[in-house]
Amino acid sequence: MSFSKAMRFNKFVYGLLAVAMIGLSAGVQAAGGGGGLHDSVGNDVADTASLQRGVGNYVNYCMGCHSMQYVRYNSIGEDLGLTDEQLINNLMFSAEKTTDLMTIAMPPESAEQWFGQAPPDLSLIARSRGADYLYNFLRGFYLDESSPTGVNNLLLPNASMPHVLWELQGTQRAIFDEVEYAPDVTRVEFVGFEQVTPGKLTPEEYDMFVRDLVNFLDYAGAPEQLERTYLGIWVILFLLVFLFFSYLLKNEIWKDIK
Amino acid sequence: MSNVKSNGGRGEQLLAWIDERFPLSKMIKEHATEYYASKNFNFWYVFGVLAMVVLIIQLITGIFLTMNYKPSADDAFASVEYIMRDVQWGWLIRYMHSTGASAFFIVIYLHMFRAMLYGSYKKPRELLWLIGMVIYVALMAEGFLGYLLPWGQMSYWGAQVIISLFGAIPYVGDPLVEWIRGDFFISDITLNRFFALHVIAVPLALCMLVIMHILALHETGSNNPDGIEIKNNKGPDGIPVDGVAFHPYLTAKDLVAINIFLIAFCSVVFFAPEMGGYFLEHANFEPANSLKTPEHIAPVWYFTPFYAILRAVPDKLGGVVLMGGAIVVLFFLPWLDRCEVKSIRYRGWTYKFALACFAVSFLALGWLGLLPAEGVYTLLARIFTIIYFGFFLLMPFYTAREKTKPVPDRVVYHK
Repeated sequence: MSFSKAMRFNKFVYGLLAVAMIGLSAGVQAAGGGGGLHDSVGNDVADTASLQRGVGNYVNYCMGCHSMQYVRYNSIGEDLGLTDEQLINNLMFSAEKTTDLMTIAMPPESAEQWFGQAPPDLSLIARSRGADYLYNFLRGFYLDESSPTGVNNLLLPNASMPHVLWELQGTQRAIFDEVEYAPDVTRVEFVGFEQVTPGKLTPEEYDMFVRDLVNFLDYAGAPEQLERTYLGIWVILFLLVFLFFSYLLKNEIWKDIK
Repeated sequence: MSNVKSNGGRGEQLLAWIDERFPLSKMIKEHATEYYASKNFNFWYVFGVLAMVVLIIQLITGIFLTMNYKPSADDAFASVEYIMRDVQWGWLIRYMHSTGASAFFIVIYLHMFRAMLYGSYKKPRELLWLIGMVIYVALMAEGFLGYLLPWGQMSYWGAQVIISLFGAIPYVGDPLVEWIRGDFFISDITLNRFFALHVIAVPLALCMLVIMHILALHETGSNNPDGIEIKNNKGPDGIPVDGVAFHPYLTAKDLVAINIFLIAFCSVVFFAPEMGGYFLEHANFEPANSLKTPEHIAPVWYFTPFYAILRAVPDKLGGVVLMGGAIVVLFFLPWLDRCEVKSIRYRGWTYKFALACFAVSFLALGWLGLLPAEGVYTLLARIFTIIYFGFFLLMPFYTAREKTKPVPDRVVYHK
């Protein structure tokens, strides 16, 4: 399909632009650092099937607490190729109209009392945190008896969010080790996870589940990106043609100037 | 020639009718078809026109944004998302405007650097430079005011940091800060007045200043890469021998430049509107929260050179004074430079070296302003701040006895 070809070309263009920023970002990364999970999610917003699974995962597992107040059901339907009937039967548990925003019934004040802070709206979470962060966050819960939720998170220490997906992932323990990185200076570093109880999904299936979910969050953060990158190619092609003719025009006009 | 009866078509008749009542043809002649500029303009000479293109993009997209934006603390963030998602082509308009802000500064910085390369600020163009500097300051104000409007975390806390700088001024500082905010903290009131200033006051001033800038330019005539006054060498027809008419010659050249610019501009708008977090900061996709300070507050990239200077000074008032001084000192450039020769092509090694140091320090400060102010970064910021000011403050000395090369009589032009 030309759409996925377009997406690949976009990545190439994005890559070129990224090269220009490498100097700056290298400096920023050097300033950051720290341990943790840094796996790349490798999602693809042009993968409609993945987005369809992802929105299903979202409404079933996340939307009990997390609204998506800037997103309308019917815009998802249009972008992901779902009919109104499919939206109503599969995604809209409390909404009445397909044009409704994806709000939730939980009052923020009560939520704040229950969790310490209200679960944030996730419309833009992929833009503020990045898709990779979300991917690692949802795979980063580990057992911690000192926490009121029984779990802690590697990416967001003392997160007030419980491990909602534990039935799918099972439970895991985080292994930390003291690492000596300079003489007499040690630091506790994360080494890896160890499965304690198995979940309904295998680790590979769970990663896939999270990838689809994060892919949907990535799309929902900037739904225009599907159209934008596709349209962008035509705009640039038009400008290249215009550039060619404007160059010829310039040469024609300047030919007598000595 | 309005007294000559035209036998031309209706277009010419209409033009004659207008010319008797409004100096349309006269203005077109004065500013386009009979405005002569040097024929040897290189690529450094396109950024003025590009700045105009960006200004027009900002004005038009800005008008459309205001049709759906709501300047209130409760609705601002949501209205931006409404524009991005529900308004037809809203995302395009918004990305053009946000990318346009950064593009404006890129273009203006290059435009200013061109003036420094070829001595375009020197006599008789001092006023042209001063008007340009006022435009630059107005543009910074415009960028700062506009950045509050999306009402994201970085909008809020960036404005908080910048406004609080005024508090460093002795005696009047605190009341001044309150007066600017219109409240005891940044609130709905602040947002509303920033909106008014961003969409009316500053753009109006900018447009008038741009007109003044162009009028001043057309009075003195454009400089050129050789720094030669082409008006001093006119042919028998009264036209500078090295001059070409702005239209059609330079407009044709500018059209090519505009196309190249638009390709770069559209590449960002369509493929990387956040530009890796430099044009649209990640933290700004979280709504403003007055109770939650972000870990790391950095202004948008175009302010970071000055932000780095601010943080390089341990004392707050000292930092504010130096930061302001870094901008004020630019106004004095025409009088700090004692060298008679304009273009870097014929200037001595001292100025070339000093200008290179300045360029490096400006870029380095811009980079350091993005990083946390700690350890070696602070030290580097101090070193580059000294170099930045050294370029200006030592200029009267190193330019006074500069060993220059002979300046040719005619501009250098290779076909």
